[in-house]
Amino acid sequence: MKIAVCIKAVPETDTRIRIAADGRSIERSDIKFIVSPYDEFALEEAIKLKESKGGSVTVIGLGGDEVPAILRDGLARGADDAVHVSSAGVATDDPLIVGKVLAAALKQLGPDLIFFGKHGVGGDNQQVHAVVAEKLGMPQVTVVTKLDVTDGKVRAEREIEGGIEVVEAPLPAIIGAQKGLNEPRYPKLQGIMQAKKKPLATKSVADLGLSADQVGDAAAGIRITGLSLPPARQAGRRIDGDAGQQVAELVNALQNEAKVI
Amino acid sequence: MVNTKHVDYMNLDSLFSTEELQVRDLARSFVEERILPVIEDCYEQGVYPSELIRPMGELGFYGCNLPEEYGCAGMNNIAYGLITQELERGDSGIRSFASVQSSLVMYPIFAFGSEEQKRKWLPALATGEKIGCFGLTEPDFGSNPSDMVTRAEHTKFGWKLNGAKMWITNGTVADVAVVWAKTGEDTRSIRGFLVEKGTKGYSAPEIKKKHSLRASITSELIFEDCEIPEENILPGVEGLRGPLSCLNQARYGIAWGAIGSAMATYTAALEYSLSRIQFGKPIASFQLQQKKLAEMITEISKAQLLAFHLGKLKDAGKVTPAQISMAKRNNVAMALNVAREARTILGANGISAEYPVMRHMNNLESVLTYEGTHDIHTLIIGAEVTGIQAFK
Repeated sequence: MKIAVCIKAVPETDTRIRIAADGRSIERSDIKFIVSPYDEFALEEAIKLKESKGGSVTVIGLGGDEVPAILRDGLARGADDAVHVSSAGVATDDPLIVGKVLAAALKQLGPDLIFFGKHGVGGDNQQVHAVVAEKLGMPQVTVVTKLDVTDGKVRAEREIEGGIEVVEAPLPAIIGAQKGLNEPRYPKLQGIMQAKKKPLATKSVADLGLSADQVGDAAAGIRITGLSLPPARQAGRRIDGDAGQQVAELVNALQNEAKVI
Repeated sequence: MVNTKHVDYMNLDSLFSTEELQVRDLARSFVEERILPVIEDCYEQGVYPSELIRPMGELGFYGCNLPEEYGCAGMNNIAYGLITQELERGDSGIRSFASVQSSLVMYPIFAFGSEEQKRKWLPALATGEKIGCFGLTEPDFGSNPSDMVTRAEHTKFGWKLNGAKMWITNGTVADVAVVWAKTGEDTRSIRGFLVEKGTKGYSAPEIKKKHSLRASITSELIFEDCEIPEENILPGVEGLRGPLSCLNQARYGIAWGAIGSAMATYTAALEYSLSRIQFGKPIASFQLQQKKLAEMITEISKAQLLAFHLGKLKDAGKVTPAQISMAKRNNVAMALNVAREARTILGANGISAEYPVMRHMNNLESVLTYEGTHDIHTLIIGAEVTGIQAFK
């Protein structure tokens, strides 16, 4: 079975984000990029499937210089090859455009099963895998917490409000991985060494048969125009005194200052 | 907002390869997720977290700079150094386990063992399925191993071993001990033996009641007419060169490991200084505390550059034992000083197990002494520059 996993490079989750001088993007120097956490579940599930049923795993990442390192990480965990789709000339603000580009890259590969994380941490749009499914005409199941692949179809369990929904779909299909699907492994040192020798291809939008008027700024439906940080939190206040005084002052503060009770 | 976790003032990261950074980050994640949550309890109770022995082996942490054909990762010495750095950022006892397994057991079997010995032991030691220890120091001979009294006598069955070894990390739990003994009168007769657990006449009681390296097993090895088969002698080396070449490997790892310990105590002090309010402001605002932090990060940065350069020399096959001595001596003393300064910044909290500082400080008292004492390394450097050996 031919499996593809789309992974996204995102800032480490405890990064202190700073807004860049243009006011509409983040300052990228000093940021350490990691594989988006939900994509780790996607990658792990793909590698487990390969280990149990055979086949191959290709990791794909769209972006700039931050991408090859996370693709190497995917190779170190057990993927067989990797494709870096350059974001040069791609209007990455728009998930529809990102989905269009990834769909073109996936079409060239022709996988039986495609994994994404249920969403990319940071942007949180939750759209790209659905867009890709639409563009490729494939069924997609997302927020998946359990997966079986047999006889040319997937049987997936997905989290819904207050319960579990069981969904079946024929292959080829697209899966959006949710936390709980598996326990992602650490890469091994041997894997890190082997990853150096595995193929990592770089593709431009032109290599995918796309043009600037299809995926560039002019084609974008949306554009991020501004970013702002949440207001700084005020310092806390410590309430002193004996237990009775503390309760009285706390109740007073909740009623009259915070006005929550 | 400053990043307190990533201790890299001189942007050393820009000199590491992608693989080296991957390995460093892997070891760092493992330490943060698996070691730090349990280490204070292990230290207090005086036990090694044995449930982590196999996982560390599965990831390839043991003997990672040995070749892939023996089940190892074939990494370079920078990557090996970065792993020891991160492990000791967790605890010197964890790093000691890995150093002994890698540098003092796997290395001599790789460098001086027969092909059969390599095939038998290296893959199992690499995964952590088997544990090893190294016996050179004796109750009465530490800095002066030339005068060791442990003897191996050739018999018609093989070798008969008599004597005792002291302060042996992992001794009690080891499946195999690499033991150095004299087969004649002088130091040239020193040979290495693989003594397997369960061999008649061999016992390894644990040394209890330690105030340092509490999350590490330390033992005595006792040999009473212990019979070793002929195939268990290391064929490839005679004389003190054997054990000393192992120590060079281990000392190299310690030079990196000590940096990790210093990163842990410096980070604890920096974070504490930013959050501890006295006289209405964080104590990091006061000049005396800033001077301490400035000196700590300067010394850590110098140690990092020394270790990095040493690693490059080692990968190029150009490093000398006297250069390794300088790095071990400097970096361990540096880490101990950083721990002591960190303790003063944390005030009374510095002695609490809520913070890692006192644990690291106590551990480093052992690291200062083992693998060549601070004083012996001083004299090795002295001999190197004067041409006169002061300790013979």
